[in-house]
Amino acid sequence: MTELHKTRQDVQDAVPHHPGHVTPRKPKATRDAYGETLLELGKRRPDIVALDADLSGSTKTARFAREFPDRFFNMGVAEQDMIGTAAGLALAGKVPFASTFAVFETGRAWDQIRLAVCYSNTNVKLVATHGGVTVGEDGASHQALEDIALMRALPNMMVIVPADASETASAISAVADHKGPVYVRLGRAKVPYVMPDDYRFTPGKAFVFHIGKDATIIAAGIMVDIAKKAAEILSGEGIDTGVVNMSTIKPLDEETLLRVARTSALIVTAEEHSVIGGLGGSVCEFLSENHPVTVRRIGVRDTFGCSGTPDDLLKRYGMTAGDIVETVKNSG
Amino acid sequence: MGVMTEGKITDINELKKIAKNVRINILHMLTLAGSGHTGGSLSAVDVAVAIYFSRMKFNPADPSWEERDRFVLSKGHAAPLIYAVMAEAGYFREDAIKTLRKTGSPLQGHPCSAMLPGIEISTGSLGQGLSVANGMALGLRLDGNPARVYCIMGDGEVQEGQVWEAAMTAAHYKIDNICAVVDNNGLQIDGPVEKVMGIEPLRDKWAAFGWHVMDIDGHNMQEIIDALDEAETVKGRPSIIIARTTKGKGVSFFENKVEYHGVAPTREEFDRAVKEILDDRTS
Repeated sequence: MTELHKTRQDVQDAVPHHPGHVTPRKPKATRDAYGETLLELGKRRPDIVALDADLSGSTKTARFAREFPDRFFNMGVAEQDMIGTAAGLALAGKVPFASTFAVFETGRAWDQIRLAVCYSNTNVKLVATHGGVTVGEDGASHQALEDIALMRALPNMMVIVPADASETASAISAVADHKGPVYVRLGRAKVPYVMPDDYRFTPGKAFVFHIGKDATIIAAGIMVDIAKKAAEILSGEGIDTGVVNMSTIKPLDEETLLRVARTSALIVTAEEHSVIGGLGGSVCEFLSENHPVTVRRIGVRDTFGCSGTPDDLLKRYGMTAGDIVETVKNSG
Repeated sequence: MGVMTEGKITDINELKKIAKNVRINILHMLTLAGSGHTGGSLSAVDVAVAIYFSRMKFNPADPSWEERDRFVLSKGHAAPLIYAVMAEAGYFREDAIKTLRKTGSPLQGHPCSAMLPGIEISTGSLGQGLSVANGMALGLRLDGNPARVYCIMGDGEVQEGQVWEAAMTAAHYKIDNICAVVDNNGLQIDGPVEKVMGIEPLRDKWAAFGWHVMDIDGHNMQEIIDALDEAETVKGRPSIIIARTTKGKGVSFFENKVEYHGVAPTREEFDRAVKEILDDRTS
């Protein structure tokens, strides 16, 4: 048996189900997966430190804080200082994970992120929770719908929006190994597992569930699950619809996008974010210059969110599987 | 000047000589660039020279040497000052200062750490340096690294809220391997600091935030050295030097002139300024 065969066998042994299988599990919030993974990384990597701005119970950095009090810095309600301090820690050789809600992380401290993190190219990991409308009842002040646009515009910044808890765990580990600024956007609510058991996140690499002849939905975050449901409905009606998880929004997986654009008659983007400047914006920018095709964008349409249950809000802003189905049918 | 890993300059007259040279180089590069911040570069010269040459461990041949002391120029518009100091310290040849503000030069209008080794962090948007300095100091402490961190802020700069966030942090985490300086020259772009947005009583404010405060004449080399000495003995809390300075210090026709905040000298002004600096026997 060659080395290569042995390796393959090992991989097969390690994966109990066939490739692509998703073991049914109870839904879990991506922020919970972050808290667990950060704790595990902390055990292995003494260079990892964490900062929070008085929301460690919600962002789940509190687990790391309890286990490693010397390597955790609660900065109080002071996001700008948190980002600057994180940059300083990075310059001293640490790998800082700085967390708070996405609105405050990206909006309150944008200039600090721009100068001390991106322009200075410091090894800071910004992991924000409570992105999007599924924050729910707290309302618009707490629902980040512009964070991806804000982070994506910054040179040197990588932007990642994981789809579920397992991708979050995999992405956080990858982020810890990556050298340079990263923004990871997580959610508050529990989300179903959608990624296959044998999937591992690779920065800049999209995951293709299927490329549809008639349409492909390019989704990120919680919208991957919703896109899969929409694709199932559409394919059941004879409309061949694919789904791609574009979890790295910057840098975009241009190769996969081109492949999709050459195959699918229609592209639909789906994100829990404003349609301005986020995933939909990125996809349109790239395709309009390289392979113009019809693109429809699902997302919040240039408005603020409001209080409500996550499900009600997804309906209100036209982001359900039904809305995607309608969009595909009306674009034919 | 070369490697400063061992042997620091303690002779006051030697430090004064360096300060004169730094002032001339600041004016030289500003004159050649035709734009830049004259007043606030000159006001912080004596403090910066004392910190670099009487205190800091550094090695220009290895700017990321782990044991180096760190310097953060939070008032990034005083970039000519840090460049003149770095040229004096041997980070680059003195004639490189002629490229200040020129396209593609590592000597950017405001310091850029990615383009110029020896600059710890990019600055220019005010109020950010102290937070970064705190982070460095915390990181050094975690590693048991005895290196110290210095951070020079402007007085107009302390109007930024982030400065006071960082002030709280340094006291809360008992960061005693940091020494901050406020270059209190009393002027900002739009006029006297106390008229634009009053910051006094500065000493009481920093004290109330938990800092060990030293209030000194920021052009008296002996007082600066004494304050830096004192800062090293303070344990369990951060130290700050309020350096009472004169904007445009060293050149009579720039001193206390608000209009020279962001204006470079003309060739004629440069010649007169150099003569004044060289003739001066007091500073």
